[in-house]
Amino acid sequence: MVKTAVTLSGIRLDNPVIPASGTFGFGYEFAQWYDINCLGAISVKGTTREPRFGNPAPRIAETEGGMLNAVGLQNPGIDQVLAEELPRLRELYTKPIIHNISGFSMDEYVECCAKADASPHTDLIEVNVSCPNVHHGGMSFGTDPNMVYDVTRAVKAVCKKPVYLKLSPNVTDIVSIAKACAEGGADGLSLINTLMGMRIDLKRRAPILANTTGGLSGPAVFPVALRMVWQVYEAVDLPIIGMGGVSSAEDVVEMMLAGATAVQVGAANLTDPMACKTIIDDLPGVLERLGVQDINELIGGAH
Amino acid sequence: MKQGFFTITDNTRLAPNTYRMVLAGDTSAITAPGQFVNIALTGKFLRRPISVCDWEEGTLTILYKVVGKGTAQMSEMVSGQTLDLLTGLGNGYDLDKAGDRPLLIGGGAGAPPMYALAKHLLARGKHPSVILGFNTAAERFYQAEFAALGLPVTVTTVDGSAGTKGFVTDAMPAIDYTYIYTCGPGPMLKAVYDSSVTSGQFSFEERMGCGFGACMGCTCQTKYGNKRICREGPVLEKEEILW
Ligand SMILES: Cc1cc2nc3c(=O)[nH]c(=O)nc-3n(C[C@H](O)[C@H](O)[C@H](O)COP(=O)(O)OP(=O)(O)OC[C@H]3O[C@@H](n4cnc5c(N)ncnc54)[C@H](O)[C@@H]3O)c2cc1C
Ligand SMILES: Cc1cc2nc3c(=O)[nH]c(=O)nc-3n(C[C@H](O)[C@H](O)[C@H](O)COP(=O)(O)O)c2cc1C
Ligand code: FES
Repeated sequence: MVKTAVTLSGIRLDNPVIPASGTFGFGYEFAQWYDINCLGAISVKGTTREPRFGNPAPRIAETEGGMLNAVGLQNPGIDQVLAEELPRLRELYTKPIIHNISGFSMDEYVECCAKADASPHTDLIEVNVSCPNVHHGGMSFGTDPNMVYDVTRAVKAVCKKPVYLKLSPNVTDIVSIAKACAEGGADGLSLINTLMGMRIDLKRRAPILANTTGGLSGPAVFPVALRMVWQVYEAVDLPIIGMGGVSSAEDVVEMMLAGATAVQVGAANLTDPMACKTIIDDLPGVLERLGVQDINELIGGAH
Repeated sequence: MKQGFFTITDNTRLAPNTYRMVLAGDTSAITAPGQFVNIALTGKFLRRPISVCDWEEGTLTILYKVVGKGTAQMSEMVSGQTLDLLTGLGNGYDLDKAGDRPLLIGGGAGAPPMYALAKHLLARGKHPSVILGFNTAAERFYQAEFAALGLPVTVTTVDGSAGTKGFVTDAMPAIDYTYIYTCGPGPMLKAVYDSSVTSGQFSFEERMGCGFGACMGCTCQTKYGNKRICREGPVLEKEEILW
């Protein structure tokens, strides 16, 4: 038998496959498609302090090999997520839960992470620093090493559970951001979030998305994500959850060879509700064909 | 909700840009008229949502208008080819509220779900009538099929080339109805909402990421809170709609 279990900061995952935040809701709805306990872990929808409706419609546009989304962090707010959504998930699911947290100010990150940390349902906290900072003219937290460092420090100070920073690819130098997280005390890194893009409707001569721009994800971004995981692995000694366009067991292997310890699957869940299960089912066969006995030997194996 | 492979048994042009596709496969997840299927197409990242026009055990009928690359690709497919479908998506129409004389209003590519709805209402002993709205006589489809069910059919065309000249709302005052069921383009839904003298159910369209409730790509605000068009919709009650 091929060994597929991996460990993220002391948390054991039966396999490295995790549905990515925002593409799996709060998990329980996927239990209608398959037994979600086959998953390595689940990263739940990005949660903010207040409930958010998100952006006006249309929020979705298609592109070659992927999609753009401008959902705008629709979520019921941290209190309801902890009181209702996670307990509902826990009724069906016993494996690790990654709580993805977003914020528009330093206070919001700290408050939400502290609450998530105190929840009996959460195993790991994933801090999404791709939102604009309302106190700093809307510039994204995740594009400035100093701000990323400050967020990491502040959040780490209130959390006992492992904290992973989820990085935006919309930067010139991903390595400097990753280093700032490491210096701030992050336990690990998740990358990448979506790449900013847009589409225009030819007949209306106007952007398709009501928000004008949206985040690109899907197979089209896989090489970009892989390159960033590779660069960060070379430069920073932290476990990496790699993501961006992963849609097959082979993609999981490739991400791990670039340096990922675990892998998230995002947009693929939307086009195929069985995507994560299929990848998990396919993984042992793919590893066997490659002569891999323990999946851990893949991590960073291409360096 | 189910995922399954369907085999095309018929793909016929009904009007210049409108086609009927009949598919053989497992339809057991389809529970109500007004639900939709989400169709995977080779080379297209997202699935295409299309309403159920009619279904029986093992057979599904959809009617679609060619408006872009995905629907164009569908129109070129032939019998024997297979398609990957998610079925049983959305809430569908609630038939219990119809009263005795429900009025069904379908505008253009919104007409298809009215067909299965009419059949189910007739099977319950109701007396539905239907208004089908098109731009021109040439664009008409399914007028004969609706008539063959044995219910009164009124056609409206914007240019007056067939039936009543004008919009579906121009044909509404002449009909005595107990309830409204409708599907069509946004502006038509709003006009029907404003003209209707009873309660009713309105089916909405939105661009979708998944079609089964995972991505929050299709959410709208209603008086009863946020709803996902693909899950708590596409059918909304008149009383909850916010324009
Ligand atoms: C619940 C529901 C039921 C529908 N039922 C029918 C039906 O029975 N018959 C029919 O002809 N059409 C129906 N539509 C509209 C149909 O989904 C679109 O016409 C189709 O997706 C267009 O695809 P395309 O590749 O040809 O166009 P493109 O413009 O090339 O498509 C690009 C992207 O935009 C999306 N898109 C484009 N137009 C629409 C639209 N109006 N609504 C939602 N997404 C859209 C596509 O799905 C795709 O992701 C329905 C839509 C919804 C949401
Ligand atoms: C519809 C949608 C919603 C998303 N919402 C979130 C979110 O709330 N928080 C977050 O950190 N990332 C969010 N993401 C980003 C994904 O988690 C992931 O980082 C990205 O999509 C790249 O992976 P993929 O190419 O496999 O989709 C979202 C992505 C999509 C497609
Ligand atoms: S389209 Fe994904 S939630 Fe409705």
